Amino acid sequence: MEALDLARWQFGVTTVYHFLFVPLTIGLGVFVAGLQTAWHRTGKEHYLTLTKFFGKLFLINFAMGVVTGIVQEFQFGMNWSEYSVFVGDVFGAPLALEALLAFFLESTFLGLWIFGWDRLPKRVHLACLWIAVIGSNLSAYFILAANAWMKHPVGYEVVDGKARMTDLWAVLTNSTALAQVPHVVGASFVVAGVFVLAVSGYRILKDRDAKGLLPRKADFATPEERSRKNPDMWRTSLRGALVMTAIAGVVVAGSGDLSGQLLREQQPMKLAAAEGLRQDTAGAPFSPVPGVEIPYLLSLLAAHDPNAVVQGVDDIQERFEAQFGPGDYTPNLPVVFWSFRVMIMLGSAAIGLSVLGLWLTRGRGRRARNVPTWFAKACVLALPLPVLAMIAGWLLSEIGRQPWTVAGELLTAASVSPGVTTTEIAISLALFTVLYGLLALAEAGLILRHVKAGPEVTAPDSDSDSDKTVLIPRQLQAESRPTLMY
Amino acid sequence: MTTFWFIVIAFLWTGYFVLEGFDFGVGALLPLLARGPAERRQVLGTIGPVWDGNEVWLISAIGAMFAAFPAWYSGFLSEFYLAMVLVVVGLILRGVGLEWRGKVRSGTEAALCDAGVVTGSVLVAFLWGAIFGNLLFGTGLATVLGGALSLSLAVLHGAVFVSLKTEGAVRARARLAALLASAGALPVAIAGLSALPSGADSVPLWVTAGAAMAALAAGVALVWRRREGWAFAATATAIALATASLFGALYPAPLPGLTVAEMASAPYTLTVLTWIGLVALPGVIAYQSWTYWVFRKRLTRV
Ligand code: HDD
Ligand code: HEM
Ligand code: HEM
Repeated sequence: MEALDLARWQFGVTTVYHFLFVPLTIGLGVFVAGLQTAWHRTGKEHYLTLTKFFGKLFLINFAMGVVTGIVQEFQFGMNWSEYSVFVGDVFGAPLALEALLAFFLESTFLGLWIFGWDRLPKRVHLACLWIAVIGSNLSAYFILAANAWMKHPVGYEVVDGKARMTDLWAVLTNSTALAQVPHVVGASFVVAGVFVLAVSGYRILKDRDAKGLLPRKADFATPEERSRKNPDMWRTSLRGALVMTAIAGVVVAGSGDLSGQLLREQQPMKLAAAEGLRQDTAGAPFSPVPGVEIPYLLSLLAAHDPNAVVQGVDDIQERFEAQFGPGDYTPNLPVVFWSFRVMIMLGSAAIGLSVLGLWLTRGRGRRARNVPTWFAKACVLALPLPVLAMIAGWLLSEIGRQPWTVAGELLTAASVSPGVTTTEIAISLALFTVLYGLLALAEAGLILRHVKAGPEVTAPDSDSDSDKTVLIPRQLQAESRPTLMY
Repeated sequence: MTTFWFIVIAFLWTGYFVLEGFDFGVGALLPLLARGPAERRQVLGTIGPVWDGNEVWLISAIGAMFAAFPAWYSGFLSEFYLAMVLVVVGLILRGVGLEWRGKVRSGTEAALCDAGVVTGSVLVAFLWGAIFGNLLFGTGLATVLGGALSLSLAVLHGAVFVSLKTEGAVRARARLAALLASAGALPVAIAGLSALPSGADSVPLWVTAGAAMAALAAGVALVWRRREGWAFAATATAIALATASLFGALYPAPLPGLTVAEMASAPYTLTVLTWIGLVALPGVIAYQSWTYWVFRKRLTRV
């Protein structure tokens, strides 16, 4: 393998990995802030319990998002120095804005939230969390604007072999970015929503008695038990997550449709590859799986006109050769084709589940109170669906863009650092892969353990030298800081 | 404009070294300052709420280099490829250790987190000095000396910070650690800082480097006299001035043979970045200061 291949692998591995944690940070943060707001408004204890429970899961995950993000920030310079020099003028700006305007907010105010439970007035404390999650979502906007620029460069000119920004506003309001931001942020809320569904479903299943009945309030002797097993609490989080997922699903579908239409104009090769369409075709059909064709559907999807012409891979290849000289301008077709389908199918399944759940738990009274066992199980099983859809979406987007890093301007092969050797990249790739693998296991184990243990907070002095864990009644937790910290 | 942006980037690095400097020191000193779990929590509690915000100074510095001097960003990072890999690995170990140690089981798991914090802190504190030492002089000696300088300054700074932020046995140990660390930091700093000004017109450099040494000496004296607040101000000033001297020595060619003017982005980019920076940075400084105000109380053992 050459340095280029290794660098690409490293970028793919580390970025997909970063993006395993990012969606949960984006979506779960807002969910936790919503719970705390509900507690603030109503004063009902179970909202506080939920806030702390999901807040803890959020923080375990947040740590991974932060540390893997630093790798990304360094990586452009380390492995893609030619690329960085070419694009820095344009691409660096949103990245610098991200750090200045988003990451500072996020990290500073999250620190205040974690440690501020007993130091800040309640309102201010709640505001800190909201500011932090707004920071997360803002960071998504800036980085996606940078990413969108690579697919559809705007607001620049090329001088002396370097891109020069001429219009920051055009970069920040790139049509590609405006479609991509709601798509990715919406998808993040789907991922986080299904995560909450899975956790709530698991707790509901676990807290049932032998007859399959959920306990009622009167069944609990002590307040601690109630706060731990309160079934209403899990229905609350389940319902909240259903609403969040369904709304986000609408946003994802709408913006995905918009992305598809932009593809037809801006990235015809990606669209053709996603569809496996070889020749320019008017009234192009759509094939959900190879061999099955639904006439006119592709044209309808891509242009909202059943007779519109959709360009095909081979014809685009010819046009690109005429425009940019000889070369292979076709991305890896099977990967793009299948990732498109995986994204839509698995993602839609997750969204469908939430719509179904809303219907099952509709209204008031008994039906709304009883979550069917099979549905709770389905929620647990659905956990990987949106995550896989998300990864597939990125594969579609990034591999479908090949062989360009900046569409029409810079080839991936010309982007890599000339001075960095194959050995060096092999070392770093191996190191990151091993480290990331271990950390992924640790994170999954930690989250699983906390979900299994439920909301009761155990052992605030987690490194007490004895092995015993101390159970703290929930009422005391509000005063003693350790709930969410060291 | 290019000089102005060079100063902005030097400022971001200064903020990073001053703020994360004590984080690193606290992490590195953890096993020496704390006996038992309660004290470990006390020591790490001093940086708990702020370390992530401090780290963003690095991310901003790197991001600003990318935007304002793309060739500096990419040259610097790809030149020191393996060192940068280690920096990132160190930051990962440290970050995960800090964030997770309150959420794992006692015993082995917590010990692993602590090990991550200590290793990451020592490694990264050493590497930054080593990288810049190597960048300036290109010799093995300069690399080691630079690393020793940044590590010992961080340890001293961190010890002073802990003595300022805690009570009881930990505070006393931190004072002792600060005095011991200064025995290492002072000679290394004198050797390292006096090597910085080498060009002909280096009078301003001599002044900043000299002032850095003076601030450091003052800091040690203040620790001795138990004026912890002033001692911390002095070590912070020393690190700020040392960073200023470093960037003074790097100017105008922060990479061998490449000047800032050659590496700069176009005037349009620098102008819009300036406006945004002028709005954003004072805000950042304001709310980060507020954080330190909120967590101003000394920590006791819990
Ligand atoms: C759609 C959103 C998105 C995308 C595409 C990326 N990130 Fe990210 N990143 C986030 C959304 C995010 C976040 C949600 O804001 C994170 C996750 C956890 C966190 O703390 O913030 C984050 C963390 C994070 C951090 C640590 C921030 C801190 O210390 O607080 C850095 C340095 C980066 N990212 C940099 C990058 C780079 C250079 C990317 C390009 C490949 C990238 N991220 C892709
Ligand atoms: C703003 C964010 C992003 C930027 C600037 C970006 C940029 C890049 C660059 C420079 C490369 C290397 C060149 C190449 O091999 O194509 C790349 C490849 C890749 N990126 Fe992205 N990317 C971003 C986000 C993501 C995310 C979030 C993911 C997935 C989670 C992703 C997935 C990939 C993959 C899988 C590759 C490897 C493709 C291949 O080598 O064929 N990217 N991207
Ligand atoms: C429901 C129908 C959906 C449609 C029509 C759709 C459409 C698209 C299209 C056309 C792209 C390529 C955009 C580009 O490269 O410029 C894309 C990318 C992407 N999709 Fe989807 N998508 C759908 C559902 C989902 C779901 C459910 C998820 C995840 C939960 C998801 C996650 C992503 C991601 C992460 C990307 C890469 C970022 C981007 O380029 O926007 N998509 N989608």
